[in-house]
Amino acid sequence: MGNHEDQGSSDMGISMPSVSRRTFLAGTAGVAAVAALAACGSDKKAAPTTAATTAAGVTTTSAAPEVTTTSAAAAAKKTITFGSNQSDAKPKNAVQAMMDAYKAKSGNDVKINTVDHNTYQEQITSYLGGTPDDVYSWFAAFRMQSLVNQNLGGDISDVWGGLKNQTDGVKAASTAADGKQYFVPLYYYPWAVFFRKSLFAEKGYTAPKTLAEFKALGDKMKADGLTPIAFGNDGKWPAMGTFDYLNLRTNGFKFHTELMAGKQAWDSAEVKAVFTTWAELLPYHQAGASARKWEDAAASLVKKESGMYTMGMFVSSQFKNEDLGDLDFFPFPEINPAHGQDSLEAPIDGYMMAPSPKDAEGAKSLLAFLASGDAANAYLKIDPGNLACATDADTSGYNDLQKKGLELCKGAKNVTQFLDRDTLPAFAGPAGEAFDAFLQKPGDIDTILKNLAAKAKEIFA
Amino acid sequence: MTTAMSTPVRRKRKNSVLSRRDRGVLAVMAGIPTVIHVAFIWVPAVLSILLSFTKWNGVKSVPIKWVGFNNYRSLFSVWWPDDVWPAIKHNLIWLLAMTIATMIGLLLAVLLDKNIKGSRVYQSVLYLPVVLSLAVVGFMWQLIYRIDDGFINQLLGTSSKNGGTDWLGNSDINLYSILVAAAWRHVGYIMVLFLAGLKAVDPTLREAASIDGASEPQTFFRVILPALKPINIVVMVVTVIESLRAFDLVYIATRGSKGTKLFSNIVYDNIVGETRRVGFGSAAAVLMLLVSTGFIFSYLWSNYKESR
Repeated sequence: MGNHEDQGSSDMGISMPSVSRRTFLAGTAGVAAVAALAACGSDKKAAPTTAATTAAGVTTTSAAPEVTTTSAAAAAKKTITFGSNQSDAKPKNAVQAMMDAYKAKSGNDVKINTVDHNTYQEQITSYLGGTPDDVYSWFAAFRMQSLVNQNLGGDISDVWGGLKNQTDGVKAASTAADGKQYFVPLYYYPWAVFFRKSLFAEKGYTAPKTLAEFKALGDKMKADGLTPIAFGNDGKWPAMGTFDYLNLRTNGFKFHTELMAGKQAWDSAEVKAVFTTWAELLPYHQAGASARKWEDAAASLVKKESGMYTMGMFVSSQFKNEDLGDLDFFPFPEINPAHGQDSLEAPIDGYMMAPSPKDAEGAKSLLAFLASGDAANAYLKIDPGNLACATDADTSGYNDLQKKGLELCKGAKNVTQFLDRDTLPAFAGPAGEAFDAFLQKPGDIDTILKNLAAKAKEIFA
Repeated sequence: MTTAMSTPVRRKRKNSVLSRRDRGVLAVMAGIPTVIHVAFIWVPAVLSILLSFTKWNGVKSVPIKWVGFNNYRSLFSVWWPDDVWPAIKHNLIWLLAMTIATMIGLLLAVLLDKNIKGSRVYQSVLYLPVVLSLAVVGFMWQLIYRIDDGFINQLLGTSSKNGGTDWLGNSDINLYSILVAAAWRHVGYIMVLFLAGLKAVDPTLREAASIDGASEPQTFFRVILPALKPINIVVMVVTVIESLRAFDLVYIATRGSKGTKLFSNIVYDNIVGETRRVGFGSAAAVLMLLVSTGFIFSYLWSNYKESR
């Protein structure tokens, strides 16, 4: 963690992610423009580098490696191990498809080791401290930085040297405090309030712009016998998304990043105001959220028992393909006019390399492929709940939801990753527990925040 | 175990009756368990104690920093109200509940010992939960307790919409929900232990008691139960240890969220989690060790003192 101070910039504690946020905005704005260029194939030639095995593979796919048994081809065949946290059905199939595409392209074999999503995160350090897979799934920004601090990630700057299809913002989010890259992104997904178009049309609802409209809509839904807002907080991260938006809308982007960096007090009046609003919204949320999985909450949205759901765009993975067209979203409503809806939460997911992989060359070849548009295309075709980071990914195949998500990202003034990626992971745990405690006993919020502030003080010290 | 085995090795006379080979065999037989015991129990325990005075994230290449009693200080200050104190409370409630479950197990064992019809069927049924893995037990009870489509709420016709009970989520009751599941398993285990003990009780004791005119409860409490002393000690130790180290079911059912946090959850969260705080977690583990050994020592001591 000491690495952050090394930078010694004006923005000390969170210099790394805050840079990424600012530039990430510019990055997303560029996605569509560069994507248009990519259609002309302008990026394809920029491939030959150390990591060119896969990128160059574009031209060699026609040669079936089994038939031409030259000794070189036989020696080149490797088995790369790959740790995946995509345990839900659709994402799991999407990862499989992506790896199949890699196998077809490189001739290398990939052994996928899938672990339950929450378990994977909880046990990440034990997993990486033991005998990890060569390439493993992880998250950008602070979450990456935290593993790098513990020497649990391999330097893949040379892979990035060969990448011409990633924006500067994404690159910044993949760069650690030491200036080296440790992460390749696959996709990002905006967080918003999701709903079913058909339900809104049937009942005559309109998407709310402000908190007052949001509550009024909630009242209407209640009167119609619906649960206004689906909610499942098992794993404790879903509540973080709600908190992030409430804080961003109430206190703004600057305050939020400072709070995440431990530079604002958790028992301040600003944070209390967030929980006051949250307490007012709680009656609209699905009861009994603590033990409910997010997938089960999503199911209530699918079944039209709940009207809305504050979630990441990956919520679409819970919809059947024929229902996907019916899924829509609106940005989290405005609370404080001074901040409007100017901030967007859009976390980046991707991959890292083990610190000492069994096959570094193979791992880097796989990572280079994972950063390519082809990988994103293969993945998003099956799990279209995300947006590709690679600018050469094919956006023409995007469904309406993805197109709208892309628009939302382009319009955002500030982009955050997510609470557990924007703050120290050691603090994210206690924060998640405090939110859970608040959901159980909203009246205890003063004590909860006092204790959380004390923990923050100790952890950020 | 090891101390008992190492005694014969000591030679009292020069002209031992044991041949050199015998001595070699004994040394190996006593030595291997001793080495295993020391290497896997005492060394880690001592290391944990040492680590509890450090700040370390568990990564080899990161230096370990001595911080003195800082970890203990923060356990008793910052982490006291939300974590440590509730954990102590929950562990004590757990111990109480398991003690009750032990009594139920004893009751069932006594009933089944009476050779009632279908005794074997009852034995199998009651013992079945012990055979199931904890992961399965946790999953089964989740299906029973879920708010939207759990068995109990379905039975009552309730759900999250009309005031159904969130058995595993509501922090006022989730500990008790899990305790029911834990007791369900514990009762069968204890029952089998007592049943084995009861079968071994000399029937002449009962006859003698009844000839002396003792009533049924008198026979049980004055004659049978004291005769079961070795089993009683085992059961008591099992109950206490199981209560103090309880973890698995809570972790599977609620991951130790509010209302169910146990001491073991604090240890786990800090030592296995994403950013490991090994020093802090070790300090919590040392507290747990102290409490456990305190309980067990005082119990065993008072027991063996009586029997002398």
